[in-house]
Amino acid sequence: MSKLQSSFPNMALSLITITMISAAALGFVFELTKVPIADSQRERQLKAIRIVTPAFDNSPAREQSLVATSNGDSLIIYPAKRAGNLVGVAVESTTNKGFSGQIKIMVGFNSDGTIRNYFVLQHAETPGLGSKMQEWFRDSVTASRSVLGLNPVKILKVKKDGGCVDAITAATISSRAFLDAINRAYSAYRNYASALTSDNNLKTEMEAGK
Amino acid sequence: MNNSFKILMNGIVRENPTFVLLLGMCPTLGTTTSAINGLGMGLATTFVLIASNMAVSSLKNLIPDKVRIPAFVVIIATFVTIIQLMMQAYLPALYDSLGLFIPLIVVNCIVLGRAESFAAKNGVLDSALDGLGIGIGFTLALTILGIVRELLGTGKAFGISIYPENFSSLIFVLAPGAFIALGYLIALINKLKKV
Repeated sequence: MSKLQSSFPNMALSLITITMISAAALGFVFELTKVPIADSQRERQLKAIRIVTPAFDNSPAREQSLVATSNGDSLIIYPAKRAGNLVGVAVESTTNKGFSGQIKIMVGFNSDGTIRNYFVLQHAETPGLGSKMQEWFRDSVTASRSVLGLNPVKILKVKKDGGCVDAITAATISSRAFLDAINRAYSAYRNYASALTSDNNLKTEMEAGK
Repeated sequence: MNNSFKILMNGIVRENPTFVLLLGMCPTLGTTTSAINGLGMGLATTFVLIASNMAVSSLKNLIPDKVRIPAFVVIIATFVTIIQLMMQAYLPALYDSLGLFIPLIVVNCIVLGRAESFAAKNGVLDSALDGLGIGIGFTLALTILGIVRELLGTGKAFGISIYPENFSSLIFVLAPGAFIALGYLIALINKLKKV
């Protein structure tokens, strides 16, 4: 078969056919992978919640709620309950103060407000520097690095800014961003907890008044 | 048979895309912060190369010369998007570390270069072999560069600790280290080729 001439109808027809076949193929693959992609994202989220909260028997993803922080924006909160009682909370927190791009972490709080654990969901910090945040802030050997067990009633800061947390060596910006995400998570957690208490109080009052 | 073997080896040794042709430097330098990332990027590119080479060579008579570049780009972009969706669905861990670079395969000059210089002039089987050869060459180069940078930068290879991290020099994981390591590797390979 000889090669098609570069006449206008030939060119238009050939390009249109190629793009149409491509679009159909892409649509097919998209439909095929839609469910597995959603599944793997949900699984990833559930894994992160499991890591940061005490054992639970409810479905935190189904009971998620959007809670405002003190800065005026909102974060998603996943409550972890066992036999109906709230044992801990996972907060999906984000910050744009990182060295490059958004940082997304899942922070787990015990019911008394102390940080139980955290899990970095997404970051684009420098490999070898800021990327150490996944391990650094839970260091059990050097206690001054760890944020686990702290109660961020007073805003957490790195030592350079007069706080109590050791920043990652040569990655102060990433460390500040990480603590910012934690503080925001705590702020959302506090609002969530106080809303819950006032709700309960209201319920008790109503029951008492009945 | 002999000829097919020659086509295959051409991409791995004589026209190795990274060490000889110096094509596709953006993904080469960007993704090789660790051996496993280099390997993953190489394999993804190999898949796209084979698929796009086969598609281009089987369609070569139906694509008029004047619109061949846009046609090739559409074909390549389609395969890249397919592999991106597949990876996101079935290899989410690898997708997390490579996600940013997968769409860049579209503009990787190796893929377009092979479509233009080989697939548009040769048969389907030979084009597939050429894609495989170039892909293996690219994967090998990226993996070697990844191992060198990971080893010098963090003291690990494929995530397994070889020596304590305190003795490593971080610069090899960062961008300047990529240029330095690549430069020395090319020099080394040129030296070996002369002997």
